[in-house]
Amino acid sequence: MEAVMFFLAALGALGGAIGVVAMRSPFYGVLALIIHLFSLAVLFLLLSSAFVAAAQVVVYAGAVMVLYVFVVAYVGGDTESAWEPIPGQRFLAPLMGAALFVELSIAVLSSSLMALGTHGADTKPGFGDPAGIGKLLLERFLLPFEASSILLLLAAVGAIVLAQRKAEQ
Amino acid sequence: MNVEWYIVLSSLLFAVGAMGILLRRSPVVILLCLELMLNAGNLALVAFSKMVGNQQGQIFAIVVMVVAACEVVVGLGLIVAIFRRKLPLDVDELRELRG
Repeated sequence: MEAVMFFLAALGALGGAIGVVAMRSPFYGVLALIIHLFSLAVLFLLLSSAFVAAAQVVVYAGAVMVLYVFVVAYVGGDTESAWEPIPGQRFLAPLMGAALFVELSIAVLSSSLMALGTHGADTKPGFGDPAGIGKLLLERFLLPFEASSILLLLAAVGAIVLAQRKAEQ
Repeated sequence: MNVEWYIVLSSLLFAVGAMGILLRRSPVVILLCLELMLNAGNLALVAFSKMVGNQQGQIFAIVVMVVAACEVVVGLGLIVAIFRRKLPLDVDELRELRG
């Protein structure tokens, strides 16, 4: 059962990713990314990390994707021209991507991490639930937690400054 | 499922995202492909967290999500600013900073 779920979610994630790259209209790319994010949330659930999966659905598929849809609707989802500034870019880019995948796979398969070929450590039932994650965030990782809240504030201010209309003279 | 499968899937997703960044020229789609790469990294972090049996990897994944959200906000703000100035939304035509 777990294997079936894994392959279904992996297929969804991979299909969504290829859809993002291959769709000519940015609007369909955003929709493909939503499929990808939901499949990733299923994978996170299979890895017994319920809180990260919930945050993935709420933060990404909820908030970030709505932002993308707004911006694509604002700037207009026109397709890009077929003109290639670098000759052969259409063939070189997949070649580079495949080379990167081969390189990463060699690195993974020849690593000396013996636990890679196992199901992972035996975890207690509460592994990855909101209570445990919240306790870690507010005790051991309090400083990174606060630093990321400052980062979010700075990003919000930066976006307002970048995108504001010039004041009428 | 073995942890290996998740790591291989994560590197495959990362490669697809990198290929998209090399291939596409619209800044919106390049940001979407950046999301793909960040999410592939998140999948690897969560898989390693499960492998070790330690929740700290999931904290790392959550921080990566926060940074990704910030990056999206600033990137989309830049795209809106480019659009307002009636500049072309094409990374090959916006190349004044190229050395």
